[in-house]
Amino acid sequence: MTINEIQDEIIEDFELFDDWEQKYEYIIDLGKSLKGLDDQYKTEENIIKGCQSVVWLNAFMEDGKLYFEADSQAIIVKGLVSMLLKVLSGHTPREIVDADLYFIEKVGLSSHLAQTRSNGLASMVKQMKIYAIGYESLEK
Amino acid sequence: MGLDIEKIRQDFPILHQQVNGKDLIYFDNAATTQKPLPVLEALSEYYGKYNANIHRGIHFLAEKATSAFELTRKAFREFLNASSTEEIIFTYGTTDGINLVAQTYGRKFLKEGDEIIISTMEHHSNIVPWQMLCEEKGCILKVIPIDDDGNLIFEAYEQLLNEKTAIVSVVHVSNALGTINPIKQIIEKAHEFGAVVLIDGAQASSHIDIDVQALDVDFYVLSAHKLYGPTGMGILYGKKDLLNAMPPYRGGGEMIKEVTFEKTTYNDLPYKFEAGTPNIADVVAAKIALDYVKNLGKENIAAYENELLEYATEKLQKIEGLKIIGQAREKVSVISFVMEGIHPQDVGVILDQQGIAVRTGHHCTQPLMQRFGIPGTSRASFAVYNTKEEIDKLVAGIEKVKKFLL
Repeated sequence: MTINEIQDEIIEDFELFDDWEQKYEYIIDLGKSLKGLDDQYKTEENIIKGCQSVVWLNAFMEDGKLYFEADSQAIIVKGLVSMLLKVLSGHTPREIVDADLYFIEKVGLSSHLAQTRSNGLASMVKQMKIYAIGYESLEK
Repeated sequence: MGLDIEKIRQDFPILHQQVNGKDLIYFDNAATTQKPLPVLEALSEYYGKYNANIHRGIHFLAEKATSAFELTRKAFREFLNASSTEEIIFTYGTTDGINLVAQTYGRKFLKEGDEIIISTMEHHSNIVPWQMLCEEKGCILKVIPIDDDGNLIFEAYEQLLNEKTAIVSVVHVSNALGTINPIKQIIEKAHEFGAVVLIDGAQASSHIDIDVQALDVDFYVLSAHKLYGPTGMGILYGKKDLLNAMPPYRGGGEMIKEVTFEKTTYNDLPYKFEAGTPNIADVVAAKIALDYVKNLGKENIAAYENELLEYATEKLQKIEGLKIIGQAREKVSVISFVMEGIHPQDVGVILDQQGIAVRTGHHCTQPLMQRFGIPGTSRASFAVYNTKEEIDKLVAGIEKVKKFLL
């Protein structure tokens, strides 16, 4: 599936929810079921610091596609991280660089990516794109 | 005298709104308090009727603005019981006041090897300015430890003091724990060693009566926005002799007596420290906030907030898995807590969905969080317009957090 197809699927999933409780239950479940990172990857280098909670992000290339793994201390952030991984992980660096993440706003979670949340999510998206740019230039 | 809380709530228009479909419950008062109507009206009236630059114009509007501006200085002199309005310097807030003292008094009078004492419970704004000074001058920063309840360990403080202690800078009330520190004794002890004392009063000013002369404090700093007043406006109180001995902070207009390209002479107190066009509207409106507090009576406010604190402490303690961080002997109406197995940020997000505003995170006190070995806390802080019904909703909200996250 393309990045946009995955985004559209998530938007469809969210349309099923009637209220905030269902929405957050879903995100929390995603957070709880995300495998997370092995301790060896929870390094200072992989930390994306937010004011409130830490996100760790690891990236690697396989067969021309860029994969991400990530973790967070806070479950809701981890759920959101899980969604970002679902959308961006496993595509070519170019696709990731060009991705327009419209699903976040469409599912009513844009406040979580706002700078005011300071939870590292906005920085995480930025870091994922930086990895993509970096790996793309390595490939050339 | 009891306060009519319902009537007081009517003075705060911001409280009467829905957030995420629920009635707003504002429990982030230690970050900033809301502003009563008279303060909002004062801001609007200033810009609508007599906005002018102060001290220089001789026209009607300039005189009116100047006199309103200076009335605020008089009001804060009275509020702090300073001996003169020359000792009341307008700043942009508590952080600005601390930086001013560090960068003027500190740079002029401190030398290599001198020691500065702060405490474990300081806000970053009472840590970093001193670290910057230490780095520049080769001074040493010493930190008073605290016990598990969040009390300063006074004996440890006494042991830190010596002839090299140049500055003691301690918070009056901890923003993260609510602890009220014994500042009178702290000041007395510091003075025995000839050290100068700055007290960070940001969190204290809306709860506790402050008498700078009785305290014999050298510097006292506060922010109007935690006192039902506007943001971007604060006070540095300093003893006149000290302020006179200090070099100016920022250069510019207003702070000068005479300027030639060869030499500039500086203005007298308090203007020496007030370069540039100040935050006139907010200064003017800050007096109205003081009037509002005075009218309610600080002791009435404190008594009511204490009632809220006791009520909330009792209720929250009953929640399984919840631990209150900061159970000092003397506290203001701030409750920081952690929940077993739940990150503070998750607590904050789920409470926000229920219209409840609390603060989560490290509260700009990272070393304090390290002391307790936690990433942060959730903090509910109460002001005069909060109610027990709201606290009940917080308790229900936290139960919901548990249902979601455990």
